[in-house]
Amino acid sequence: MRLIQRLKVLVGHNTMLILGGSIVLLMSLAALLAPWIAPYPPNTEHLDHILEAPSVRFWLGTDRLGRDIFSRLLYGGRISLWVGFVAVGISISIGAALGLLSGYFRSWVDEVIMRLVDIMLCFPSFFLILAVISFLEPDLGNIMIVIGLTSWMGVTRLVRAETLSLREREFVAAARLAGSSTVRILVQHILPNALAPILITATLGVAGAILIESSLSFLGLGVQPPTPSWGNMLMEGKAAIEIAPWLSLYPGLAILITVLGYNLLGESLRDLLDPRLRQ
Amino acid sequence: MGLRIIRKTLWFFLLFLGITLISFWVIHLAPGSPTDMETTLNPLAGEAARQRLEALYGLNRPLYEQYLDWLIRLLHFDFGNSMSADSRPVLDKILERLPLTVGMNVFSLCLTLGIAIPVGILSACKQNSLLDRSVTVFVFLGFAMPSFWLALLLMLFLGIDLQWLPISGLTSMEYDQLDSWGKFCDIASHLTLPIMVYTIGGLAGMSRYMRACMLEVLRQDYILTARAKGLSPSFVICRHALRNALLPVITLLGLSVPGLIGGSVIIESIFALPGLGQLFYAAVMARDYTMIMGNLVLGAVLTLVGNLLADTCYGLADPRIRTAGERG
Repeated sequence: MRLIQRLKVLVGHNTMLILGGSIVLLMSLAALLAPWIAPYPPNTEHLDHILEAPSVRFWLGTDRLGRDIFSRLLYGGRISLWVGFVAVGISISIGAALGLLSGYFRSWVDEVIMRLVDIMLCFPSFFLILAVISFLEPDLGNIMIVIGLTSWMGVTRLVRAETLSLREREFVAAARLAGSSTVRILVQHILPNALAPILITATLGVAGAILIESSLSFLGLGVQPPTPSWGNMLMEGKAAIEIAPWLSLYPGLAILITVLGYNLLGESLRDLLDPRLRQ
Repeated sequence: MGLRIIRKTLWFFLLFLGITLISFWVIHLAPGSPTDMETTLNPLAGEAARQRLEALYGLNRPLYEQYLDWLIRLLHFDFGNSMSADSRPVLDKILERLPLTVGMNVFSLCLTLGIAIPVGILSACKQNSLLDRSVTVFVFLGFAMPSFWLALLLMLFLGIDLQWLPISGLTSMEYDQLDSWGKFCDIASHLTLPIMVYTIGGLAGMSRYMRACMLEVLRQDYILTARAKGLSPSFVICRHALRNALLPVITLLGLSVPGLIGGSVIIESIFALPGLGQLFYAAVMARDYTMIMGNLVLGAVLTLVGNLLADTCYGLADPRIRTAGERG
């Protein structure tokens, strides 16, 4: 009960947190429960209802194969969230590991890792992602890996900065004195204390990954039809933009709301967890 | 100052080597090859034909040899020939596409700055006012808006519903019959939508950043001093605060180059504009190694030059950095 009360105090009148949190929660639930919420399976073709405007039967209309847009949006949401979480998982793991090493060992390890970060930041990363994805089979796994591999630099810098200050603290010295191994110090003592900035970057990172995935799918290099994703639904919508504008409307709205939710959540978490940035 | 620039240039040279090495490696390691279209996917071509084609492009040699070879030719600006059917020099193909993409980006960047700087200043000076709040809402929407969806929406409303602007291509059908003023207007009207998308896309980040920098500066003691001296608020803001708040924005400009280059792929493909982005997209789809490398190198060079320029301007604009550089 006390936990709930403390949560209430924390959340209180924080509109951003409430709004972001509810959007994220709602979108995640919709994606998780898609098979139960969706009125039709995502790939069922109602060939006598092609390109129908939104109606009572098809809430958000149908596409050129008579597939229900609302159902496809729900299933597309699963893909977006899945890509977002896994890609961020990858980038956080790489970023945190390199950041810990760089900040803890300093000297040449730090130098090499930070120069690598500089190089990666100079890449026109969307170009690189496009190049790599187009060579590989554009399946979901590859997309997640490539997005993860090109977005870890921010995390590295953050974790490094955090580690640099944490390694001088007394509890780390105490752990070292007690004979803890380096790995143990890094994972058990330093990492948990750097979790706040990691959590914030992860939340914002999900938003970024969803945007990249939908851009790739929009270009036809991401999730391949008939599997629905918000990006490839927009690609199909663009082809029929003059006769069926609703096809171009709702998937984009879904992306906008989801990304907005994660951004709001991330920013409000930053205000909440990072006292240095509080104004 | 001079030493600082030399050191930076050296470092950028190393960065450039690193970038090309990684790109080369990644692209050549990835499955698929530029010869696929003519060989593996063509039932008439046999193994011998494939080997001949690979030998022609030098693809059968060890990777490091290919890289060194490529690098040496790069020294005299030879990016090689495109591996696509026309096999024209990569540099020519890039140079004919460059003006459109760079022009659009520079123009929209100026527009972005022109709007974002005043908006950022206003919302920082009137923190928590109605204006500030609406700017914040706009910023969050702008961050979450996928550029391609924005493009679709603008096409839908301004292009299709209102019929104000053309939605694709660079010129109209009757372009050749127009006089030079007509030609200019024709291209301008075709570029309006893409430039709007670019500008709105950059606006959110830039105005938020400007606001944050301005807020930071306004908290400083010397602003208080200036106010206490009895200077008018507008004078304090324009002369004392603005100059310091603009400094970080210069860095942001340098950092935004890779994003602009990446964004051009999407925007050019939506509006069917013959720019670099489209060239790159086509090259990627055809696994045209030399073309992809040429584009990646160009992207990297533009980014590095952007950074170097930003750095130099920063040094010129901020005496503190200038002296620190001379000492160090």
